[in-house]
Amino acid sequence: MDGPQDLGGKRNFGPINPEQDEPIFHAEWEKKVLGLTIASNGLGHWSIDEGRFARESLSPQQYYGLSYYEIWYEGVTALLKRHGELTDAELAAGKALQPGLRTNRKVTGEAMPKVLASGGPSERPKSSEPLFSVGQKVRTKLAHPAGHTRLPNYARDKIGVIQALRGVHVFPDTSAHGEGEQPQWLYTVEFDGAALWGPDAEPGLSNTIDAWESYLDPA
Amino acid sequence: MHFREGEDISDDHHHDHDNHLSDMDAKVRALQTILEEKGLVDPAAVDVVVETYEHKVGPRNGAQVVAKAWVDPEFRASLEKNASAAINSLGFDGRQGEHMHAVFNTPEQHNMVVCTLCSCYPWPVLGLPPVWYKSPPYRSRVVYEPRKVLGEFGVELPEGTKIKVWDSTAELRYLVIPMRPAGSDGMSESELTDLVTRDSMIGTGLALEPEQE
Repeated sequence: MDGPQDLGGKRNFGPINPEQDEPIFHAEWEKKVLGLTIASNGLGHWSIDEGRFARESLSPQQYYGLSYYEIWYEGVTALLKRHGELTDAELAAGKALQPGLRTNRKVTGEAMPKVLASGGPSERPKSSEPLFSVGQKVRTKLAHPAGHTRLPNYARDKIGVIQALRGVHVFPDTSAHGEGEQPQWLYTVEFDGAALWGPDAEPGLSNTIDAWESYLDPA
Repeated sequence: MHFREGEDISDDHHHDHDNHLSDMDAKVRALQTILEEKGLVDPAAVDVVVETYEHKVGPRNGAQVVAKAWVDPEFRASLEKNASAAINSLGFDGRQGEHMHAVFNTPEQHNMVVCTLCSCYPWPVLGLPPVWYKSPPYRSRVVYEPRKVLGEFGVELPEGTKIKVWDSTAELRYLVIPMRPAGSDGMSESELTDLVTRDSMIGTGLALEPEQE
């Protein structure tokens, strides 16, 4: 989706301003948002892709106006509401008004270290031969899907070269919308800077993206 | 514009910020209460997450990977071939590092990592990302003007050095292996880890020289 999250190549966001000796969290509530989000992910209602789509579906005003963990708060509350685990009435009341659904999937404190250590690998068994090989020229698709995609705007309809095959991975465009994992080959594609940014690109620049097979056509 | 927290230094800003935070504090407390009452979240699990990323997992992990790659050619080769396995062999694994890939800086090519679409970052080796990494200025600009961005981090590369910017658009997570700095000959692996900064493993910095440490 051409939402506010797709930032590559956008202008006028100003200087980077790295904070010296930045703390890991800037407030106690940020810690809780991180912990509550990861614990809620463990209920298994949504994929990482649906989680990303929830955050990028905020309006540009919200996305650019909120801090990072405020965006996470908006994301996790939207996901919990969508999956029947939270209501606006409960948020307004500040207390539970109906029972939880997936209480049997609650991640306990004892189980959480293992959940963090095992993560959520996206690679799946190979069930097809890859269409492309290293060194092959490809053109990325021109598309502006309404749903989730991980093909950034700046790298659409551009010619690049397959730099590496990365195995078969869950396809976010379907996984984000409850349409299954539909795993596909994943490739690292390299572009000459000028192919993306035109003749004024910084000399010596190249860019890579990781692209699923259906994002690519032979060039 | 809360994504630029680093520059909130005026009194006005602080005032806004504090009000804002207490509002968020109340909202997040309410959410936690509701989820605990419903039996969906164990407060101990929330504490484990915070404890893990506040105190256990951070860029010191990545620094050990880099220092080992500098002194141990066999480890370096395994890192090139299968970074996940090499990094796991040092005891670092898990969430947001399931599929690792190491990219090696050379005098000819410098590497930088970004996630233009969200905030993908190799947690097991670098911990949680800093605010600037997750914010629009870095995410929008580094893909087309990495040299200018480097300048804002105080880094100037030789004119002929090429720059490759890796956009983490899938579940692969990239770790930059900076060049071993001049003057570090004879230092032990453990001493070398002190030269490896977080930014040098994102590509917005270089490893420190021994006298900068």
